Amino acid sequence: MFKYVLKRIALVFVTFFIIMTMCFILIKLLQPEKPMLGAQAAMELARREALGYNKPILVQYAIYLRNILTKWDWGTSWEIDYMAPVNEVIFDRLLPTVLINLYSMVFSVPFGIIIGIYAALKKNRWQDHLISTWIMIFVSVPSYVYAFIVQYFLSYKTGWFPLIMSSYADAGGTFFSWTMFRSMVLPVLALSFSTIASLARYTRAELTEVLTSDFMLLARTKGLTSRQATTRHALRNAMVPILPMIISMFIGVLDGSLIIEKIFAVPGVGGLYLNSINLLDYDVFMAVGMFYTFINLSSMIVIDLSYGFIDPRVRMGER
Amino acid sequence: MKPTDLGNIPAEKLEFAHQSDIRHDVKFETKPLNYFQDAWLRFRKNKSSVIAFIIIIAIVLFAFLTPLFSRYPVSFSDGIYSKKLPKSFVLSKIGIATGTRERTLSDKGYAYTLGIGIAAADTDGQGATKQEGLACEFSPIVSGGELYTSHNKNYHDCVIDDYLETGFTYMQVTESQYEDMLAWQEESGRQLIYPMVDISSDFNFSRTDANYWYKTDDSGNPVNSLGERLDINKDELEENYLRNTDGSIAFYQGKASNMKYVRVLYYNYFIYKNGHEPAFLLGTDGAGYDILVRLASGTRLSLLLAICVSAINLTIGAVYGAVEGYYGGLVDLILERVSDIISGVPFIIVATLFQLHLVATGKVSTFTALLFAFVLTGWLSTAYNVRTQFYRFKNQEYVLAARTLGAKDLRVMFKHIFPNALGTIITSSVLVIPSVIFSESMLSYLGIANMNSSTQTSLGTMLANGQQYLSTFPHIIFFPAVIISLLMISFNLFGNGLRDAFNPTLRGSED
Repeated sequence: MFKYVLKRIALVFVTFFIIMTMCFILIKLLQPEKPMLGAQAAMELARREALGYNKPILVQYAIYLRNILTKWDWGTSWEIDYMAPVNEVIFDRLLPTVLINLYSMVFSVPFGIIIGIYAALKKNRWQDHLISTWIMIFVSVPSYVYAFIVQYFLSYKTGWFPLIMSSYADAGGTFFSWTMFRSMVLPVLALSFSTIASLARYTRAELTEVLTSDFMLLARTKGLTSRQATTRHALRNAMVPILPMIISMFIGVLDGSLIIEKIFAVPGVGGLYLNSINLLDYDVFMAVGMFYTFINLSSMIVIDLSYGFIDPRVRMGER
Repeated sequence: MKPTDLGNIPAEKLEFAHQSDIRHDVKFETKPLNYFQDAWLRFRKNKSSVIAFIIIIAIVLFAFLTPLFSRYPVSFSDGIYSKKLPKSFVLSKIGIATGTRERTLSDKGYAYTLGIGIAAADTDGQGATKQEGLACEFSPIVSGGELYTSHNKNYHDCVIDDYLETGFTYMQVTESQYEDMLAWQEESGRQLIYPMVDISSDFNFSRTDANYWYKTDDSGNPVNSLGERLDINKDELEENYLRNTDGSIAFYQGKASNMKYVRVLYYNYFIYKNGHEPAFLLGTDGAGYDILVRLASGTRLSLLLAICVSAINLTIGAVYGAVEGYYGGLVDLILERVSDIISGVPFIIVATLFQLHLVATGKVSTFTALLFAFVLTGWLSTAYNVRTQFYRFKNQEYVLAARTLGAKDLRVMFKHIFPNALGTIITSSVLVIPSVIFSESMLSYLGIANMNSSTQTSLGTMLANGQQYLSTFPHIIFFPAVIISLLMISFNLFGNGLRDAFNPTLRGSED
């Protein structure tokens, strides 16, 4: 098992390195950035020299890699935040993204699982049909449509919540104030609908499969009540594939949703990404891109590995 | 007879069934079902998928036929008739798409709105009464207008026609255009050019708003010639028309040589320009585009893109997956690593890089660049499915038999194994369509891929442009949102139905 994990992780790093190389070359092939020559022109030129901006691309890449490995320096932002280190720029925007997605997860995971369990237990009755129909609709409809719906009804019509997220300054200089929380309700809701639906669908599918398996019959035969059999045997087994999904969702929390962040003006990583494209701030673009790639790869590997951890059968099969 | 009595059957009564006619193999009387007929039978039973399929057909027809029947081309835009409500002369008879809305007006607003009707009734500048104004066919006030008082303020609840509310506009025309307009006026019997307002007078509130034809004070309230406030509920409005030197009403103002500055009733001007009365079935958007025809154009674009992507993915994915699955071993290992790398790159970054490299430099169109981006990552799941199917079937006896008989690799792959994977491939290529539609709308919404021009648009752009009017004119965002939701739901349902139909063992596990 240990060897397997190591092998997988090593492969991910190789993949990451290849993607990074390709992205770097592709970005550097674009129209190069001109020096801004703002207030700190001398420092700017020195910094550009240090980053090797006027050397060949592969030399630049070597410098880039060296900086990351030795100093954890991902470059400098020119347009978005003049002369600021890129990792600081990203780090500043990470908290709102994480908070919104985390709230959404905390809200939707229990909901989704409970709805899924309920539908599975009532399989083929009207409750199940109703839930399945709703699931189908909620999974399919894009999240931005929910965003418009909640904005229209919960903000314009009733005025219960603010239309967009409060700014850092308005909320009293913290992301944990009540004003901030209230303004986060709408984006959290808009994000949650589809998460709830997809979790419920998955749970329902897994649980119905488990409920019809032979060991459930055995459990009932040996004298367990239906409730005992469900909680002790069916749920546990159904959770095997669901848990990795939830874990990878939690990693995806960092990823955020570009579109929801744009609609609700969340000062998060998604907005930063869009800004870096519009302003052609290449170092930020590169770093955010790598950030997304890293999250993408790690959620893939977590799913892979957690199957092995949770379900001994997968582990055995690997040897 | 009980089953236990079977042993006691008297010998003479015992008779073997079918002793006389020994049955040889009888030819089936029913026609054999092939794979697709069988799938079709199962698919037909799934009501929701059938409905979804019908909806898809309807949307496709809508997208492709609307431009043929629409009065407006895709490039049609009327800046003055922007943000208009849905209106149809046929549907308004049953109370929908009337192009009207309810508004509560103050005295000042009521005077302004009523004034449009009065001015429209007053074609020659000799004056018209409020009654004539309300009765005029161009009066924006359709019904209501009764006065009520609340908190010492006067209000009027009215139903207002959105198209007539635009009222009058000032316009610069050349000599020949002016003659042409007069001729049309004569011919159609519709008044186009109305008395010009004395815009430099002290009583004129706005130099650009042609609906202030009456005398107003500095804040736009109606006044009389002495500058005293008028009460719209009692008094008539007093006109503020421009006079010629001989004291007659002027119909134009010569601002520059050869150019005339005129005041036209926009409703009639629209008829003069387009040959029919203004009525947009789904209304117009913020830039004055007809939503119906733009929506069809956006849907068409999304569908075309999705189908192209799906077809290309199918081809690449099938070949790649077949090679991977059939040869296995080292080939599989290397190809799997390649697809690992490709799947590791987030789609958004691929799409952005394509846009920056190819579109910003003008090498290819946005559509093509999007197509590349989708194809680069999209075929992975098809390949994965095909590979799994190949692994399942490649060691079966019939394949071994075929190989023993000397069939070449290609023949074994595509004649013997591939048909088994067909169901999965078709299903996955249908399920690719909604995800492409979603991603495309997301990219154009975010502005990463810009497909908006006067001749084409995309659903995402329509949503992005409509968002600013969410509170005031929700219909602009409503229709694109409905279409995209319908497309997503029905394609997903249809895809799921297909999957169940092609693979009976999956039945019921996911609906």
